[in-house]
Amino acid sequence: MSILVDADTTFIVQGITGREAVNLTRECLDYGAGAKIAGGVTPGRRGRDVHGVPVFDTVAQAVEHHGSPIDGSVVTVPPAFTKDAVLEALHNDIKLVVIVTERIPRGDVAQMVEVAAEHGARIIGPNCLGIIVPDVLKMGGIGGPAKDAKKSYTPGPVGVISRSGGMTTEMSSTLSAAGLGQSTAVSIGGDAIIGSSYAELMPLFEADEQTQAIVIYTEPGGRMEAELAAWVTEHDSRLPIVAFMAGRFMDEMPGMSFGHAGTIVEGKEDTATEKIARLAAAGITVAERIEDIPDLVKERI
Amino acid sequence: MRFFEYESRAVVAKAGIPVTQHGFAKTADQARRIAEQIAGPVVIKSQVLTGGRMKAGGVQFADTPEEAARKAEHVLDLAINGHVPRGVLVDDKAAVAHEYYAGVVWDGTRKRPVMLFSDMGGIDIEQVAAEHPDHVVRAHFSTRAPFADWQAKQLIASLGITGSRLNRLTPILAKLARLFLQYDMTLAEINPLGELEDGAFVALDAHMDMESEARPRQKALLHELGVGDEETRQAREATPFELAGEQVDATDHRGVAGNVTEFDGDLGLVIGAGGGSLTLFDAVRAHGGRPANYCEIGGNPSVAKACGLAKLVLSKPGVDKIAVMMSIVSNTRVDIVARGVIKACLELGHDPAEKIAIFRIPGAWEEEGFKILDRYGVSYADRSVSLNEAARRAVERIQGVTA
Amino acid sequence: MPGTFIDVTVEASAAGDAELARTLTDVCPVDIFAAGPTGVEIVEEHLDECVLCELCINAAPAGAVTVHKLYSGETLPA
Repeated sequence: MSILVDADTTFIVQGITGREAVNLTRECLDYGAGAKIAGGVTPGRRGRDVHGVPVFDTVAQAVEHHGSPIDGSVVTVPPAFTKDAVLEALHNDIKLVVIVTERIPRGDVAQMVEVAAEHGARIIGPNCLGIIVPDVLKMGGIGGPAKDAKKSYTPGPVGVISRSGGMTTEMSSTLSAAGLGQSTAVSIGGDAIIGSSYAELMPLFEADEQTQAIVIYTEPGGRMEAELAAWVTEHDSRLPIVAFMAGRFMDEMPGMSFGHAGTIVEGKEDTATEKIARLAAAGITVAERIEDIPDLVKERI
Repeated sequence: MRFFEYESRAVVAKAGIPVTQHGFAKTADQARRIAEQIAGPVVIKSQVLTGGRMKAGGVQFADTPEEAARKAEHVLDLAINGHVPRGVLVDDKAAVAHEYYAGVVWDGTRKRPVMLFSDMGGIDIEQVAAEHPDHVVRAHFSTRAPFADWQAKQLIASLGITGSRLNRLTPILAKLARLFLQYDMTLAEINPLGELEDGAFVALDAHMDMESEARPRQKALLHELGVGDEETRQAREATPFELAGEQVDATDHRGVAGNVTEFDGDLGLVIGAGGGSLTLFDAVRAHGGRPANYCEIGGNPSVAKACGLAKLVLSKPGVDKIAVMMSIVSNTRVDIVARGVIKACLELGHDPAEKIAIFRIPGAWEEEGFKILDRYGVSYADRSVSLNEAARRAVERIQGVTA
Repeated sequence: MPGTFIDVTVEASAAGDAELARTLTDVCPVDIFAAGPTGVEIVEEHLDECVLCELCINAAPAGAVTVHKLYSGETLPA
């Protein structure tokens, strides 16, 4: 099966009349069985349509028009207005919010994450490309136009989680070429604070029968890999994990200072080398090159 | 972005937190006049965006205005870690009875800000936490509701502090938490927070970092502090090459040509997207290549932007060839980037086939891209060639080794 | 200076049409067209930005606008 979304998932696109949203709406409609996009929201543009998808002023109008709860939203609204749009979605009972927008101040992200938790909802992103269940559903710009997404993503047993949108596709394409399709691929976003980390998505993949292994893309910065290593150690997961880490050269560069206080909050921030050691200690295989990933997965499935 | 200490002190004072009497001086004479006003022993502190001031001699003491002028003269000329001071802070050398620490920072794992407090201020908080964990307390707080005084009070009290001390510290920490959120700080630290002999508390030093993403909405504060829009305030000053890179990115809103960082090799890199760039940079180095630069192409750049970036990199002294490589692209058009980089070669009077070591961008509109690359004889690879292999070929090509 | 990769031509009979000039100026996302005193004008420095969207072709009478891919010899409409 899949995690987060499936063939029946309905969603809206907030900010639908923007250039990026117009493109991804077309792509999602064309992909797989065709996304069930219940409507779009751009304040003031009610009555228009984007590729046949009706546009509303408010999320409430979209829900009313749909006649039943809407599962998700893809948010492309500019950073100054994203929090407002996401809060609107959450207050209208939307349980899965994919935030594409980048450069949102983390104070806003922290608030959105808290409100989501209050509503029992999940945020993916921000600064992400969304979610794809190969041949079934695309929610976001991930993989690009339908025919390009089809080249890169095929159905199979690997769950993919990546902090980089482009690398989600690069790794998935490499896996597909080796006959290892994906159950679900999730672009989780590149910001300092995101809605769902690797560790937070693991239980979902754990519960998905189709998923037999996990591949993750990681980079320096933050403690998400440490969090995953800790989760794996505590949970005796059935899922082998293969990780690829980019940006090893940053160990040798004068990095951005995290500030003394920051290091004691999250522990001294790991260098790429330390992160790799930490992952390996938890039983996570670290690939030297992307082309090595398929064989490493095959060894462990 | 980082603030100078004198700016951080201004932010703290603006929030209603007591600070020592102080002034910012750019000349020895100004330092003397500030010292005269303070009328007592002063501390002269170099204003640089790097640490290690004390060790480098960037913090001096003076008992008279004359001495203050002399010490200021010396500190103003002292480069610390390659940073030339913007000025000096002339600070009242307060009679401190005890030093505390108060700071607020983001916890990315808990996705909340966390307040830290210690009764052992004046030293690295990292060190205190490691060696004296009983003397550091921390509490995460919600961003949903305004920060309440009791939250600060509870944290301070958990260290065993009581009496008027507790009541004086509480509003200070509460104000610090509020300013952290109000001004989109990623770090707001007062170390040391000094308790004077008369029981009053003052911020003896302050360190603030604001999130770059928040700059557009913090214009009022930045303007008030006199921070120019063009000041990036990053770890080191941008080089002319890097500034030129920012220019290329800024002149056209279509797509991104970001994070242009200078290195000193002969292989120019026109690479993306973010994760792809990191991977490719690692790969080029792993194969013995010498990158001339780093960059991150993203979004859907215009031909003009792709051309501008490629021209900038090609024109960099020492650059022999460029490698144009990206992870599989979804919303970047392969054909548009191909046009851009080829145009850059042509406009500089070069043969694209010779100057472009390899073109590896699979994804959207790749068939159209391949037509353009074929027309100009540019060596290219599709997705069956990995990022690592593309980098290897680029290095091989520039080093003149035949396959 | 013409484009390196793209050229756009407008049939002589249609080029003088002020209405068409305004329409083409409106629909092109990269400002290849302008409405001038003689009708349709091509802004040559924007030619290479053409995204092959064919909005100009579709907005004009059949055969009035042709997009030339100089790198392959192909034209649009195909």
